[in-house]
Amino acid sequence: MQRIINDPDNIVDEMLEGFLKAHADIVEATANPRVIKARNIPGAKVGIITGGGSGHKPAFIGYVGKNMCDAAAVGEIFSSPTAAAFLDAAKVADQKKGVACLYGNYSGDNMNVKMAVAMAKKEGIAIKTVIANDDVASAPADQREKRRGVAGEIFMWKVGAAKAAQGASLDEVIAAAQKAVDSTRSVGIGLSPCTLPAADHPNFAIKPSTMEIGIGHHGEPGMKVEPLGSAEDIAKIMVNIVLPDYPFKEGDQTAVLVSGLGATPVMELYVLYNEIEKLLQQKGIKIYKNYVGNYFTSLEMKGATFTMMKLDDELKELIDMPACSMGLKEGVCS
Amino acid sequence: MTAFDNKKGRSILQAMVRSIQQNKTHLSDIDGLIGDGDHGINMNKGFSLFEKEYKDKELSFNEGLEKLGTTLMNKIGGSMGSIYGTLFIGMGEAGSRLTKISLADLTAMIEKGYSKLSEIIEARPGDKTLIDTLAPALESLKKSTEKKEDFKTALIKMKAAAKAGSDSTRELKARYGRASRLGERSIGVPDAGSVSCRLLLAAMGDAIVELLE
Repeated sequence: MQRIINDPDNIVDEMLEGFLKAHADIVEATANPRVIKARNIPGAKVGIITGGGSGHKPAFIGYVGKNMCDAAAVGEIFSSPTAAAFLDAAKVADQKKGVACLYGNYSGDNMNVKMAVAMAKKEGIAIKTVIANDDVASAPADQREKRRGVAGEIFMWKVGAAKAAQGASLDEVIAAAQKAVDSTRSVGIGLSPCTLPAADHPNFAIKPSTMEIGIGHHGEPGMKVEPLGSAEDIAKIMVNIVLPDYPFKEGDQTAVLVSGLGATPVMELYVLYNEIEKLLQQKGIKIYKNYVGNYFTSLEMKGATFTMMKLDDELKELIDMPACSMGLKEGVCS
Repeated sequence: MTAFDNKKGRSILQAMVRSIQQNKTHLSDIDGLIGDGDHGINMNKGFSLFEKEYKDKELSFNEGLEKLGTTLMNKIGGSMGSIYGTLFIGMGEAGSRLTKISLADLTAMIEKGYSKLSEIIEARPGDKTLIDTLAPALESLKKSTEKKEDFKTALIKMKAAAKAGSDSTRELKARYGRASRLGERSIGVPDAGSVSCRLLLAAMGDAIVELLE
C-alpha cells in the first residue's frame, strides 16, 4: 500500500497537527492532545460533544465548529477514544448548562462513554447521551438498538447542535438529537476493502467484480455479496433497503446524504445521487436538502453510503440553521 | 514452591508484553476475519508503550499490572483498552499489600479484576468474547485453591482451561461486541480477544512458574 505517511504509529497525532494548522479559524487544540475544540464556544448553552475512532475524515473532528459540536474526542484508527478523552471533551464543552454526548453505537465507544459519563457526573457535569444507530443493514428492525451508527450521525450532530445554539435545555437538545436519529436510516455498499496504515494487507476482502451490500464503516461484513451492478442497480438496492425500514412514504420531505467511503471518486457519487434522486422522485418523496461528497469515510474503502432523514418543521429549521465546521457548512462562515 | 516474590514480578509483565508483541500480526489477522483487524496493532501499541515508559523503573507485579492497565485505559482506548485496563487495574489493586503471592492470592487478584470488568461489560460466558477464556481460567484456579493443589500444577491447569475456553469460541455465535451483528457468520472463527487473553494468561503462568520459591 503506497501511502503519504511517516511512522504509521504516529499517523493520528500528525494528522491532528495538520488539521489544526489547516483549520485554525474553526478549531483549536486543548490540553488533551486527543481532544479538539471549537474556537470561541459561546457560553450559556448546552455543550455538544462527540468522539470516535480515526480514519473516517471528516468525521469526527470535521464536525466541530460554530453551531456544530463544541469538542470531539479522537481515538486511534477505527478504535474508540479513551474514557479520559471523552471526559476532557465534556469538561471543555461544559458551560454549566449540561453536555450532550452524541456518538455512534459501537461497543468500544459505549464502554468508554459510559466510564466518562460516570466520571463527569462525579465532577458535577450534567451529561446525557444519544447513540446513533442508523445503519439498517447491521441488525433487523426489531433489534434497532444493536444497529451501528454511520453517516446519519452527521444529522444527529447538526440537529442537536442547532437546538443547543437556540438556547434549548439539555433535555430539549437530547430530545431533538434523538428525534434526528429516530428519523434517519442509512445503508452502505463496499466495492473494495481498506488497509489499516500499520498493517500490510487489507483487513477484509471484497472479491473483484463484486460488491458487499450493507458493509460497515470499518469493513464489518454486510448482508450479502452480489455481482457489481451499475449505479442504477446500486441506487435501487440502497433505496429498497432504506425506504421500507423507516418507512419513508410518498409526500415525505427528507434530507438525503450520499457519502463516499474514501476511495470512490466524487464524480461517481454524483452519478449515484442522480439515480437515487430519480427513484425518490418516482416514489413522490421530496428531497428538501441534499449532501453529496466525502462526509464520512472509511480510510480508502471504495463504495458509498446513502442516508435519509425524514423532516418535520422542527428538523427543517434546525438543519437550515447556519453552521461552520470543516465537514459541514451551512450559510457563510464568519 | 508455594509463592513468588511480588517484587520480582517485572519478568512476568515482560513475558506478557512479549507474548503480545510476538503475536501482533496473528491477532490482527484473526480479528480481520470477523472484526476490523486492528486487535493486534492496538494491543501491541499499548503493551509496547508500557514497556518503553517503565523500562528502567522498579516495578512489582501488582504495580506493573496497575501501570499496564492505566496505560491501556488512558492511551489506547478502543474496547480492548478499557477491558484489559479494567482487568489489570483490578488485579493490581487486589495485590497491593502482598509481599509474597500465593496461589490463593493470585486467584483473588484475578477474581477482583474479573468482577471489575463485569461492571463495565455485559458479556457473559458463551457470548464469544475474552470472558470465555477468563472465566474458565479463573474457575480452574479457584478449584485448585480449594483442593490446595501446588501452584505449578494449578498454573498448568489454568493454562489448559484458558486454551479450551478460547478454542470454544470458534463454535460460538457472537452475542456481544462488534462481531455480534454477524450472527451465524461469526461461527467458525475464534474470537480475537479470547485468543489474546489466552496468550496473556499463558505468558503470565509460565513466567510465574520460573519465579516460584
